[in-house]
This record gives sequence, C-alpha cells and structure tokens, in this order.
Amino acid sequence: MTIEIHPGLYNYAIVVMLMMAGLYIVITRGNLVKKIVGLNVFQASVFVLYITMGKIVGGTAPILEAGIEVYSNPLPHVLILTAIVVGVATTALGLALVVRIREAYGTIEEDEIQRQDEAL
Amino acid sequence: MAVTVLAIIRLHNLVAVVMLSGFYSLLAATLFVVLDAVDVAFTEAAVGAGISTILMLGTLALTTQHEKVRALPRFPLILVALTGVALIYGTADMPDFGDPESPIHEHVAPRYIERSAEEIGLPNIVTSVLASYRGYDTLGEVTVIFTAGIGILTLLGVRRWRSRKPGPDTATGDEDRNAAGGDRA
Repeated sequence: MTIEIHPGLYNYAIVVMLMMAGLYIVITRGNLVKKIVGLNVFQASVFVLYITMGKIVGGTAPILEAGIEVYSNPLPHVLILTAIVVGVATTALGLALVVRIREAYGTIEEDEIQRQDEAL
Repeated sequence: MAVTVLAIIRLHNLVAVVMLSGFYSLLAATLFVVLDAVDVAFTEAAVGAGISTILMLGTLALTTQHEKVRALPRFPLILVALTGVALIYGTADMPDFGDPESPIHEHVAPRYIERSAEEIGLPNIVTSVLASYRGYDTLGEVTVIFTAGIGILTLLGVRRWRSRKPGPDTATGDEDRNAAGGDRA
C-alpha cells in the first residue's frame, strides 16, 4: 500500500493543520475563554474545508449572469452559511456559561475550578 | 492564518487572543471571497469577525483578561500530531482542489444551477437554495438560535433580574449580549 500525497491536495493539508491547532488549544489550555477561541479556530477550519471542496477552477461565484458557463458549487456555501450562524449561537451560549462559572467559582481556569470542587 | 493561529496559541493576554481570533475570521472571510463564496464571506466577516469578537470582549469585561501561565504537558502535542497525520492520510483519496469532475459537483448542484432561475427566479443561487430548496434547514437554524437565546437568558438574565432591583447600573453587559442575540436571527 503506497500513500500518495500529490500537490492537488494541499488545501486539505492546510485545513488539517488549522484544525489540529484548534484542537491543541482546546486540549492544553485551561482558560475557558481560550478554549472557546480554540473551538472557533477548529470550526473555521471546517468551513474552509467545505468551501475549498465547492470551488471549481475557472468558476465564478454562484450568481446567475448571462455569458458565464462555470459556477462554483453553491451547496457547500449554503451549508456553511447555516453552520456559521449556528456556530456563533453555540459560542454565545458557551461564553454565557463562562460568565456564570466565573460568578460561581471566581475563576475561569479549569484546574482552579477542579481544586475547588475537590475541596467541597 | 497559520501565523495568527500560532500567535493565539502562544499569547496569554486574552484581549490580544480575542482580537487575533477576530483577525483570523477576517482572513477566513477574504479566503472565502477568493474561493467564490461571497455570501459566506459576508456572513463570516459580520458574524465570525464581528459579533463573536464583541461577545468575547464582553465576556472578558465580565471575567478576567489574563490567562494563568502554566507548564504544558507533552502528551497532547503528540496526540494532536498523530491525529493530524491520520487525517492527512485520510485525504489522500480525496479529489484534487478545483477539480470540476469531483463527485460533489456531479449530483445535486447542477440541478440548482440549471433550474433555480426558472423555479425560484432569483439570480443568486445561494439565496434560492437557502430560502427555498433547503428552507427547513434554515427553519432549524432559527430554532437553534432561539434555543441558544433562551439558554443565555436562563443562565444570565432572569436570575439577575430577580436578585437585584432593576436599576441604571444593572448588568449592562447582559443587555448588550441579549440585544446581539436578537439581531442574529
């Protein structure tokens, strides 16, 4: 079994790199706001994945106009439009939780919250 | 974008991190313009770079602005690297970037491109699909936003309204948040 990674697949490599950076932030950072930023980075990388899959070389934006033959695929655009808006809703809910946690525990650092829980 | 992400990983000042995350969204939006997704670029710039950043800054104003500096364990880095290699291995079978023959362009999309003008009558195909062909999707999206809005209200709004008498100094940050929540729909 041979693994061929040829130049035409560079967009996926970029997406995977951004995605892993986001995952790394979510795993290692104890600060809750930074975790949410990491989640957003991860999310945006997925958006880029979808939009690059919809692109056709030589195509234009999917707005009908006379004289244009090739349009990029409109379906990923629609899905990602929905995903962006849902993403900001979840971000807002997560940040509301952070504010609430800060009020209850006085901190937004994960390890300090755990220590307080164990002390109870 | 990669440099921005690295800076986000390294920095401990949360205000800078949030600003960089907004910048990252803006870069993503410009990338979307290059990739022909103008509607997505608009939304990403307004919602991802705009509203998200405002919400995060509001949260920082209500909490703290500095992340505690702590020693980083090695294990997550290895884990993330392994996952990345596995994912890149998984993309080896994917169609090339910009290939007009790839399966994604063969089935549903041509029908939208050919028929949406006569069936819906709008020049912008993305709008036709969003509002008409996949209208239930959009209805579901609105439901999600509504639920998130209710969640935020129950987490932050009602409790404060009961515990404190409403006055001029009562939790202005929350009102900003709720106003933004209403605008998103």
